[in-house]
Amino acid sequence: MSEQTPARVRVTAPRSGRARRTSIASEIDAQSTVGEVYMRSLMRTQLRLALQVVVLLAVSVGSLPLLFELSPGLRQARLLGVPVPWLLVGLCAYPVLIGLAWFYLRRAERNEAAFHDMVAGDR
Amino acid sequence: MSTLAVLAVLAVSLATLAIGALGLRLSRTTSDFYVASRAVGPGLNASAISGEYLSAASFLGVAGLVLLRGADMLWYPVGWTAGYLLLLIFVAAPLRRSRAYTLPDFAEFRVESLVARRVSSALVVLIGVFYLVPQFQGAGLTLRTLTGAPTWVGAVAVALVVLANVVSGGMRSITVAQAFQYWLKLVALLLPLAFMMLRWRGEGSPTANLHDAAWVEPMQGPHATYLAYSLILATFLGTMGLPHVVVRFYTNRDGRAARRTTLAVLAMLSGFYLLPTLYGVLGRVFASDLIADGRTDAVVLELPRRVLGSTGGDLLTALLCAGAFAAFLSTSSGLVVSVGGVIGQDLLGRRFDGVTAFRLAGVVAVVVTLVLTLLSSGLAVAHAVELAFAVAASTFCPLLLLGIWWRGLTAAGAVAGMVVGGATSTCAVVWVMVGGAPTGWAGAVVAQPALCTVPLAFATMTLVSLATQHRLPRHLGRTMVRLHTPEALELDRGSYHPEGARRES
Repeated sequence: MSEQTPARVRVTAPRSGRARRTSIASEIDAQSTVGEVYMRSLMRTQLRLALQVVVLLAVSVGSLPLLFELSPGLRQARLLGVPVPWLLVGLCAYPVLIGLAWFYLRRAERNEAAFHDMVAGDR
Repeated sequence: MSTLAVLAVLAVSLATLAIGALGLRLSRTTSDFYVASRAVGPGLNASAISGEYLSAASFLGVAGLVLLRGADMLWYPVGWTAGYLLLLIFVAAPLRRSRAYTLPDFAEFRVESLVARRVSSALVVLIGVFYLVPQFQGAGLTLRTLTGAPTWVGAVAVALVVLANVVSGGMRSITVAQAFQYWLKLVALLLPLAFMMLRWRGEGSPTANLHDAAWVEPMQGPHATYLAYSLILATFLGTMGLPHVVVRFYTNRDGRAARRTTLAVLAMLSGFYLLPTLYGVLGRVFASDLIADGRTDAVVLELPRRVLGSTGGDLLTALLCAGAFAAFLSTSSGLVVSVGGVIGQDLLGRRFDGVTAFRLAGVVAVVVTLVLTLLSSGLAVAHAVELAFAVAASTFCPLLLLGIWWRGLTAAGAVAGMVVGGATSTCAVVWVMVGGAPTGWAGAVVAQPALCTVPLAFATMTLVSLATQHRLPRHLGRTMVRLHTPEALELDRGSYHPEGARRES
């Protein structure tokens, strides 16, 4: 609030001060353009990850009805006496879902940890 | 036989009530009643979510559908599980971080509009009732199959137990009771199955009726591709819009715990859903006469006696009855809590204090559902559940996805999208329930509306929002900070609190 002291001094010496007010957190709190950039980058990273998982889900599990429709051989195929479509949908789909969830969880937590370090470490 | 079954049903009901009575001494504040004061760990919470989620349709319906129609029906359990993957990647953490108790809370918080809140409340009641009626009906059918009692007896019995439990203990009692019910349901299906598989191997692994091409091969019947993808869309996207599922996410400690809980739910459901398929297949071998009788929903309950004879079969049938009743009780309790919570907050909250409003709302929700169940006893159980998913996917799914990931969503867009998606999908549901649905392509669309109504709802929500960009919510920036940043960071996340918390403080 002291208008007399030039603010320029603090900004140009970022590494020396202990309690620097112009941190990323206060930029986000102030909803400044810089803060918005950080928020948008976090959202974009997480959304891109989610869409990656959707694509993997569509290719692995979501493509099965189309494959069955297009390939009579696959519809009738058997493995050890069990029909392959039953194995794919009734059994193999579940580990794929769990695997995708596991993949997402690890990546999402890593993205958030990176964001946390960037914002908290900047103080 | 019927004595054992009745004893099993009584035991489950009493156990549920006893756990509820334990919760009674712990439940004190409004917050306790709605969301167990957020003191629930991920393991217990995941069991409770799974226990609440596995309904009559999962426990009895899937096996019946597999017995009747074969390979194409395997998509039901896969879809009901995959719904949690979509919930995990798009909704789980942000929804928890929003600190909304219910979907109407989320709508009001995100687009800052009371109209959006009211529309969401109406949809919660609508979806809740679409989902509750088949639970009550399933209970009636089960008791009739086992004891010959009229169908209303089972419906009234479930209604009374749910009511006693919800009114006495609220959410905390239900959290513990439902965690217990997941494990009960799993054991109730697993144990008889193990004995029956052993007997099946002992008899030289007969495969009678298993080679029928129309049953064993997927993509049967007209419009098979449309029907398959519409079912996939409804179940994959509908789970995140079910009111009794979403309310559970508030009971996680933070966004990270919400994600971990969801992963655990996914694993628990995957384990469970391997079992009903095997019941359907064994039913094809040992109980194929049920198809001609039109009683395929009873296959899970009838199979042990057919395969194992009377002595061992009776014991295992009693266990299955306990599991089936656990399914009706847990899903009904969860739905009554969420529907009652919404009625309590939005309709009765002005006149009564929080806890009284919640209790009154629970009574209203149960009585209304009971009346509807008794009026519409001719409905197909499995189909009503599946249609509830279609309505949820056409309304709350776009609200959540666009609300969390797109800054451009406005109140007008949210309301328009929910109204259009809700109206079109509900029309299809009512048309199917009342009967007289058309044949051919139109019939396929009405029977599985999701592939048409979900894109329609998304398009409406997006276009109306784009047309009203001058009226973006005032606190949009803070809202996005709250939804997406990890809780460990000290940031200004705005002052919004859901109405229940506001009233309490």
